[in-house]
Amino acid sequence: MSGASPVAFGDSPRYFWPKEDRGHVVSCWETIADYGLRSIGIGERLLPRADYTLCQQVTLIGSGMIWNVYFGVLALMSGFFLATSAALGKASGNPFLRKPAEWFIFLFRGSPLFIQFFFAYFLFLSLKSVSPFFDVFTSAWLGALIVLFLNTAAYSAEIFHGALLSIPRGDLEAADAYGFSGWKKFRRITWPTMLRLAWPAYTNEAIFLFHATTLVYFSGFPAFQQRGDALYYANYFADKTFNPFVPYPILAGFFILLTLILIGGFGWVNKRLNRHLPQDARQKVKLKPNLMR
Amino acid sequence: MFSYCTDPASLEGLTWLSCYLTTGKHMSIYWSVGTVLLLLAITAPTALLFGFGGATAARAPFAPLRWLGKGYIAIVRGVPDIAFFLFFVIALDQFFEWIRHSVKCPDWDEPIRQGNDFVVCAEAKLPLGNAAQWVHETYGFFLAVLTFAIVFGAFAANVLFGAMKAVPRAQMETAEAYGMTPRQSFWRIMVPQMWVYALPGLSNLWMVLIKATPLLFLLGVEDIVYWARELGGSKTARFTDYPHGDWRMWYFFALLVFYLLFTKVSEVVLDRIMKRLTHGQATAGGEAQRKAA
Repeated sequence: MSGASPVAFGDSPRYFWPKEDRGHVVSCWETIADYGLRSIGIGERLLPRADYTLCQQVTLIGSGMIWNVYFGVLALMSGFFLATSAALGKASGNPFLRKPAEWFIFLFRGSPLFIQFFFAYFLFLSLKSVSPFFDVFTSAWLGALIVLFLNTAAYSAEIFHGALLSIPRGDLEAADAYGFSGWKKFRRITWPTMLRLAWPAYTNEAIFLFHATTLVYFSGFPAFQQRGDALYYANYFADKTFNPFVPYPILAGFFILLTLILIGGFGWVNKRLNRHLPQDARQKVKLKPNLMR
Repeated sequence: MFSYCTDPASLEGLTWLSCYLTTGKHMSIYWSVGTVLLLLAITAPTALLFGFGGATAARAPFAPLRWLGKGYIAIVRGVPDIAFFLFFVIALDQFFEWIRHSVKCPDWDEPIRQGNDFVVCAEAKLPLGNAAQWVHETYGFFLAVLTFAIVFGAFAANVLFGAMKAVPRAQMETAEAYGMTPRQSFWRIMVPQMWVYALPGLSNLWMVLIKATPLLFLLGVEDIVYWARELGGSKTARFTDYPHGDWRMWYFFALLVFYLLFTKVSEVVLDRIMKRLTHGQATAGGEAQRKAA
């Protein structure tokens, strides 16, 4: 048995005890205390090397979810604004606004996210030799976030653009008749209607963005001191134990939970956006798995 | 490759580049583009087959089969596709080895999982330990194709399931009224008609599939991403006739352009197919064509 010899790591004495005793001493709570925040560098530094317990796997993969949520939430929130501007740009009659918006959307929707990550990483790496200012961009927390931000902005912009085009003409005419124009018309009529129409598709985009965050640590960006995301740890355990049937289902469980939370949150917003409509005219949020990078 | 390439150190500019881009190693990256196309050519029909099976199962009158089909469709919605890729490659490999193990070594009495090892008898190893290099590569590629087919089959199943439901109810009722058995009405009425409804979803899936091909790299196949990393890394004059700095950024830029062109061409072709298929159909698209003519 490979795990029978006591492994000496960490300076905490319990790691020197034989395996049989350790099982009683390291409770799951202690594992959670040690590894719960491992992915952001708090707690035990060394990853477990032998006798991987179920508790360790759940804790570490869950700890990695912090990064998935971090990337997803920040990219989504920042991308929302760029997406709105790009959608307006694409719908604009001015070619100086329309063309850049179209190219931006084409560039990020037409190429694989995986390649975008690689390209961005090596781009930042080259820029690093030009100026130390670009040092931080080569780390995942910023560099990958920028790629995800641009990527989700492009996908959402396409969704918002489609919604902009399907705003009922009557709504806009009514706005004109009421004397709304410019910013006020956009703020009170165009934008809320666009959001309302786009929301079901945008919910899907959000879900798939969260799924896409798992690519970060497989695409060049280094996991500093083995602080990775959920898939990074799941892959670590699958490599070490040569048993994919434990870590990947755990990961799947975490992501299904995350997806359910997202559907709940976005569904609540959808309800608010549709609350002025009669019951049967409301759009339901329906999950369609046809968006992937 | 060219006759003037014998002494690369003396070359400059475009001549140097023409020699550099035709070295034996660069031929490997061009071949790996062929690998990507081969993967697409095999995976697309296989995934469609899996999808058809999944969609049919999800409509089956026999409840456990229906649950299986619905579960197959549902699981990919909640879990990142990359996780599936990483999972299936190991899981399928172990599954095949386990089957061969049970057939070829029936007297083996040790457990297959020993601690962190997966042990099968030597005859059951896949590929066999003494197999040629190309057998290993082909087996790896085969596993990758199967993995892609399983994951994308679920997406295709979702599209086809929706398309089957979209076939007008009256068509099926008419088939029943003519005395067709369920099997006959399925094959003669539903299947020929569902494709128009499925095509938008399937063409979207094709784009998604193109953009998923770089993930071959994660499955251990020497694909374009692998070679871009290999060839782009900085080379010193000691090991190559063509020394250069870190050019990985440019290699990935080339891949980005390759994928952009690929998706653009696909989009144009699929648009044409869609136009041809909707011609004369009783759908909104067909109606629009009729009015325009």
